[in-house]
Amino acid sequence: MSNAVIIKDAVKKYGDFIALKGVSLDIKEGEFFTLLGPSGCGKTTLLRMIAGFNSIEGGEFYFGDRLINAVPAHKRDIGMVFQNYAIFPHLTVEENVAYGLKARKVPKAQIEPRVKEALELVQIAHLAKRKPNELSGGQQQRVALARAFVIEPSVLLMDEPLSNLDAKLRVQMRTVIKKLQRKLGITTIYVTHDQEEALAISDRIAVMKDGVIMQCGTPTEIYAKPQNPFVAGFIGVSNFLDCTMEQDGLVDIKGELKVKVPVKSTYTGPARLSARPEQLFFAEAGMPGEVQFSTFLGDFIEYEVKLDDGQNLIVNEYTKDTTEVHEAGEKVFLNFDPQRISVYEAESEEVITC
Amino acid sequence: MLKRRNITIPFYMDPWFWVKLMVFVIFALFLVWPFSSIIINAFKSSKVDGFTMANFEKFFRKKYYYGALKNSVGISVVPSLFAIVLGVPMAYLMTRYNVWGKKIWHVLAILSLMSPPFLGAYAWIMLFGRAGSVTTYLKGLGITIPTIYGFGGISTVLTLKLYPYIYMYTSGAMESIDSSLEECAENLGSGKLRRFLTVTMPVVTPSITAGALVVFMSALADFGTPMLLGGQDFRTLPVLIYNEYLSEIGGNGNLASAISIIIVIITLVMLLVQKTYVNRRNYIMSALRPPKEIEVHGFKRFLVTLPVFLISFISFLPQIVVCASSFQHTNYSSFTGGFTFENYQNLGSRLWSSMSNTFTYSLTAMVFIVVIGILMSYVIVRKKGKTGGLLDMLLMAPYVIPGSVLGLCYIVTFNVKPLVLTGTAAIIIISYVIRKLPYTVRSASAFLMQMDPSVEEASINLGVTPMKTFWKVTARLMLPGVFSGAILSWVTCINELSCSIMLSSGKNNTLTIEAYTNIVRNSVGSGAALSAILTVTSALILIICLKISKGKIRV
Repeated sequence: MSNAVIIKDAVKKYGDFIALKGVSLDIKEGEFFTLLGPSGCGKTTLLRMIAGFNSIEGGEFYFGDRLINAVPAHKRDIGMVFQNYAIFPHLTVEENVAYGLKARKVPKAQIEPRVKEALELVQIAHLAKRKPNELSGGQQQRVALARAFVIEPSVLLMDEPLSNLDAKLRVQMRTVIKKLQRKLGITTIYVTHDQEEALAISDRIAVMKDGVIMQCGTPTEIYAKPQNPFVAGFIGVSNFLDCTMEQDGLVDIKGELKVKVPVKSTYTGPARLSARPEQLFFAEAGMPGEVQFSTFLGDFIEYEVKLDDGQNLIVNEYTKDTTEVHEAGEKVFLNFDPQRISVYEAESEEVITC
Repeated sequence: MLKRRNITIPFYMDPWFWVKLMVFVIFALFLVWPFSSIIINAFKSSKVDGFTMANFEKFFRKKYYYGALKNSVGISVVPSLFAIVLGVPMAYLMTRYNVWGKKIWHVLAILSLMSPPFLGAYAWIMLFGRAGSVTTYLKGLGITIPTIYGFGGISTVLTLKLYPYIYMYTSGAMESIDSSLEECAENLGSGKLRRFLTVTMPVVTPSITAGALVVFMSALADFGTPMLLGGQDFRTLPVLIYNEYLSEIGGNGNLASAISIIIVIITLVMLLVQKTYVNRRNYIMSALRPPKEIEVHGFKRFLVTLPVFLISFISFLPQIVVCASSFQHTNYSSFTGGFTFENYQNLGSRLWSSMSNTFTYSLTAMVFIVVIGILMSYVIVRKKGKTGGLLDMLLMAPYVIPGSVLGLCYIVTFNVKPLVLTGTAAIIIISYVIRKLPYTVRSASAFLMQMDPSVEEASINLGVTPMKTFWKVTARLMLPGVFSGAILSWVTCINELSCSIMLSSGKNNTLTIEAYTNIVRNSVGSGAALSAILTVTSALILIICLKISKGKIRV
C-alpha cells in the first residue's frame, strides 16, 4: 500500500461558517508537505480532519487507495506531534514513547529496543527515566517527536510543533525534524504560519487563505513565481505597483517605464506588478524617485525609495555587488529584470506572467 | 450529503451517549421526579379534590408559619453580612501579609466549615446556655448575659461556622489579581486605602457575592442550629418542614410541601440576583504575577496575625469545647466536671451500629460519587453543548434544594409504589450521592478545564480507543482534582443531618443523627462523646487530605 495522502474537495463547516471550501491535495509518498497560512486560514482544521479529530462535512480522504473518512482516529495509524507536545505527564519519557507500541500489542521484547532506538535518533536516550516536568521545552519536543514516529506510522502530522520554542531552538529543531524525516522517509504533513520555516523545511508547500488553497508548489516556485498577490505578499516581501497591461506582454508602469514580460494570457487592461526588493535595482533610467532612508544590514543594504507619484518601495542591494551607499535625498531611477517579476490582473488577481 | 453518512457512527455506538443517559436517568429519578411530586403535593389538600392554593393561604395567614419565613430570611441575611465582615479582612490579611501560623488558621477555617451542623449550637449551649458553664459562673458573680436562644444566637453561630466560605472565595480572587494592577493604581497616585477600595475591592466583589450566596443558602437550609437554639418560639422553615412532616405522619405532607416550595423559591431568587449582579461585572483574570506577600515584623506582625487568630480560633472553639466536655462526669442532663471515659463507655453498641452505618453509607455513596463525578465533569467540560449545560444546571439543584426539602421529596415519592425505598439504607445513600456529588464534580471540572485536551488526542492518535484513553489517561490525570472534591463530599456525607434524619428509620441512624438525637434528648454525656468522635473523625480526614493535596481545597 502506498503512503500517499489524497484529499478531494474537503469541506469543513462550523454551523454557518465554512472553514474549508473544497480543498484538494495530492501528497506524495515520503514527501514533506507543509500547510502554510495566516491564523484562521483552515490549515489546522484540515490537519485535524486528516487525524480524525474533526468531522468531515464533505469530500474524500485517502491514504493510498484506502478511503479513511469513516475510520476512527485511533485506527488511522498516524503519528502526530501537537503544538504543545501533549506529553503524558504521568509517564516517564520511555513510557511515553512506548505508549503507542503497547497499544499496538507489539511484543514486549521488541518494545524496549525500539524505544531506545527512537530516543537515540532524537538524542535524548539519557533522559529515558525522567518525568516530563523535568524536561525543557526542546526536550519535550523531542519526546513528542520520538513518540510519534516510533510506531512507524504511514503518515506523520505536525501541528505548529516549533511555535512554543525560542528562536534559536526553533532553527535547531527545524533541522532535526528535516533530517529525521529524510532518514525515515515518512510522508509528513506539517502546519505552520511561519513562512521562513515553511520554505526551509518543506518539499512542497500549500499556501492557504480563508479555507482555500492559494498556491501549491515547491518553496522556490512559490517564492519566485507567486500565483496571486496574496502569496506574493505573504511569502517574503513584495513591492506592488499599479500598471497597465498592453498587447504582446508590454507593461506600462505609469507612463514612466515600459517593459516586455513573458505572458501566458492575452489579457489587456489594468494590472498589478509585484517585485521582490532584491529584484529592483538602481539604474541610469527607469522609475524616478528619491531615497528616503537606508539601512545597512551587513550583507545587504535596504533602501526605502519614494517614487515621484508618492509610492514607497523597498529595494535591497547586496554589499558584494556595490561599493557606494545611496544617501537619503538622492534622486535615483529604479529598474528590474522583466523575467523575474509577476503581473496580475487588477480585478481577478489572476497571474498573467509565466 | 450522501458522503456524510459514512462518517457518522450510530448514537448507540458512542459510549458517551450511555454515560449521559445514565446521568440523566439518575437525576430524573432521584431529583426531578421527587421534586415534581412535591410541587403537585403542595397544591393538593386532603380536604378538597383537585388543585388548591389552600396550603399557601394557610401559610400566609397564620403567624406561626409566615413568622418562620421572616425568621429564616433573617438568620440567612444577617450571617451573610457578618460573614463578609469577618471573611474579607481575613482573606486580605492572609493573602497580603506574612501572618504568623498562616497554615494553622487556614486549616481551622476549613475545619469549622466542615464541622457537624449542630456542633456550634451545642457548644454555645454548653457555655452560654441556661445551664451553661459560663452562664453559671457569671451568675455566681451576679452578672446575667443576654440569652443565646433565638435570632441573635442562631445568627452568631451560623456566622462563625460559615464565614470561611467568604474567606476562601475572596482569598482565591485576591490571589488571582495581577499585582501590576495595584502597582498601576499606586503609580497613578492612589494611596493604600484608596487602592483597596477602588481597585482590589471591585475586582473581588463578584467572588464575595458568590461566597455570600453560598452562606445565605447554607444558613437558610440549616436545620441543626435553629432546632437547638430556636426553642419553642423561634422557628425557621426547615424546622417547620420537619415538624409538619412529623405531625403529618400518615398524611401526605401537603403543607410541608408548600413550605418546601417557598424555601426553594427564596433560594432561586437569591441565586438569580447574584447571577445578574455578577454577569454585569465579571472580571476574568489570570494572574501572571500574583501579588507578593508583604513582610512585616515585630509588633506589626502581631497586629496582622491577631484578627486572623481571633476569628479562626473562636470559630474553632466549639470543637474544643465539645471534645473537652465529652470527658466530664455527668448526672445525665448536665456536666459535673472531673475527668472520665464513662461517656464513651456508656455508648456501648449504639456507637458501633451508628459508626458502621456512617461508614457503610458514606463509603458506598463515595463509590458512586467518584465514578459519576468523573464521568459527569468530563461531559460538562469536554462535551460542551446542550447536554453539558443541562447537567451543569442540574448540578446546582442540590445547592438550591435544602436537605430537609429533599428528605421530604423522597418520603413523599418513595413510600408508595412503584418504587418503595423509605426506611432502607439505599435511600440515605442515594440522598448522599445526589446532594454531595457537586463538590466532586466542581473540583474535578476545575481540574479538567486546565488540562490540555491534546493529551487525550495524543493517546487516541497512538491507537488507543477514546473510552480506553479516558480511563487510562484522562481519569488518571483528573485524580488529584477528584480526590480533593471527593474528600469534601465524604466529610459532608459523614456530617449530613437535615436530610438523613428524615429518611432514617432509627435502625439506620448514623453517627450524626445519633449524636443529634442524644443532644435533643438532653443526654449530654452521650451527645458530647458522639459529637467528639464525629468531629475528630472529620478533622482527621480533612487534615490528611490537606497534607496530601498540599492545602489546595476548593469549597
